[in-house]
Amino acid sequence: MDAEFIQTLLLTLKLAVSTTAILIIIGLPVAWFLAYSRFKFKPVIEALLSMPLVLPPTVIGYYFLLAYSPRYWFGDWLGRVLNIRLAFTFEGILIASVIFGFPFMIQPIQSGLRSLPESLLEASYTLGKSETKTFFKVLLPNIKPSLITAIALTFAHSIGEFGIVLMVGGNMPGVTRVASVAIYDEVQSLNFSTANQYAFILFAVSFVLLTIIYSINKKPDSWKML
Amino acid sequence: MENVIIHIDVKKKLLSSEGVMILEVKSEIHTGTLTALFGPSGAGKTTLLRILAGLTKPDMGKIQFGDEIWFDSERNIDLPPQKRSIGLMFQDYALFPNMTVQQNIQFAQEEKDYSFTQNLFKILQLTEFANHKPVHLSGGQKQRVALARAIARKPRLLLLDEPLSALDSDMRIMLQNEIEKVHKMNKATTMLVSHDLNEVFRLADRVVCLEKGKVIENGNPQQVFSDTSISGKFQVMGQVAAIEKQDVVNIVTVTTGNNTIVKVIAFDDDIRQLSSGDRVLVFSKAFNPIIKKI
Repeated sequence: MDAEFIQTLLLTLKLAVSTTAILIIIGLPVAWFLAYSRFKFKPVIEALLSMPLVLPPTVIGYYFLLAYSPRYWFGDWLGRVLNIRLAFTFEGILIASVIFGFPFMIQPIQSGLRSLPESLLEASYTLGKSETKTFFKVLLPNIKPSLITAIALTFAHSIGEFGIVLMVGGNMPGVTRVASVAIYDEVQSLNFSTANQYAFILFAVSFVLLTIIYSINKKPDSWKML
Repeated sequence: MENVIIHIDVKKKLLSSEGVMILEVKSEIHTGTLTALFGPSGAGKTTLLRILAGLTKPDMGKIQFGDEIWFDSERNIDLPPQKRSIGLMFQDYALFPNMTVQQNIQFAQEEKDYSFTQNLFKILQLTEFANHKPVHLSGGQKQRVALARAIARKPRLLLLDEPLSALDSDMRIMLQNEIEKVHKMNKATTMLVSHDLNEVFRLADRVVCLEKGKVIENGNPQQVFSDTSISGKFQVMGQVAAIEKQDVVNIVTVTTGNNTIVKVIAFDDDIRQLSSGDRVLVFSKAFNPIIKKI
């Protein structure tokens, strides 16, 4: 295996791990909010966050490219005030990948929280525990299968992300060239054996992750047995 | 013992199976007493407990614990459950499945009180289950853990939603004693929902009878349940368990306090208005009941 092959795989891994880590931090409070809030415009937020499930990645990628462009106010502001350029950079595809991975992290956690009996939450409140303590000590430990599903799905999905990375990041070796883009590139240049290796690795990783998810979800949640 | 009064004056519109019902409760409770909420299901008993706990918001009214205002619709005060110093035992127990019995109890305590916990376990016969997860417990055991957890925090107001319903009669009688002990030990004010007349008599200083959201009676159990217009040498209050017809008479089986059973012979006229589950008074006027040491 040549150095470029390894570099591409490492970059893919870096993107997937960073995306998943960021989404755990942002996703938990958002999922909690969506599960319990009675906010009037909640459906609008839910719809926006779920857009990546239905829109082609190229559409989202296109909007990101516009947002990053110095010709529009956001990209202009980024460049002038913060001296940041996001188009065709690793940070650029990371942000896009985080936004794109949102529903995969949030939906399993949100439905896990919703399926918990509300009396667990109320019991914790009546015992004087704050919302934060209740979330981490009572709610999260009782939806472990949903949590693992969310993490594995987000990770698997960001490893396989293609359209949005290609739109926002292009195909720059070591910077934005991830495995899925590399496959496309290798096939274009009729380099089937390398494409084959990439394809097999992506296939194997996704298969293993999904097998883990399904074997975890075979067991019922602990509270359901009560 | 703190000696203050809990003022309750709340109103809430509820949607029940029979349509809209207004829950309207106005009452004063002295701290240190044990009050039973008695009434048919759907009367609003659980909702009233939830309102006191701060889990359900009344439409209007006021709840005041001594000087502390817990709820006041006019002044827009609604203290969250965390700040009310309550212990609520849920009907579905709401034990935390991820924690062992001991962890469930310790979670409730702000400062771990080892000897108090051990004592509680001993009283409620939970010591051997301390390291079990709730999923491995029977219904009765779960109910005892839920009771222990509600008490563990030493709340000022203890709210128990049918605390003994899943227990067999021996355990029930034993736990009634324990609730009484714990109630006196903590000097807390206790409110318990009960369908069981015996329980109300055994435990309560006062009983509030709710029907369709309204307080229909409020007083000590003797006053509320016995008919003072009847003078008799012998009076037992109970609930009709069965009515059987035998030739020209009927045998009415009545369960009374402490789970004893009385069988009474009644004529058709006597039972015309009686049905299973009715509260009744069994009394004797002309004959002296005979007493014998056993």
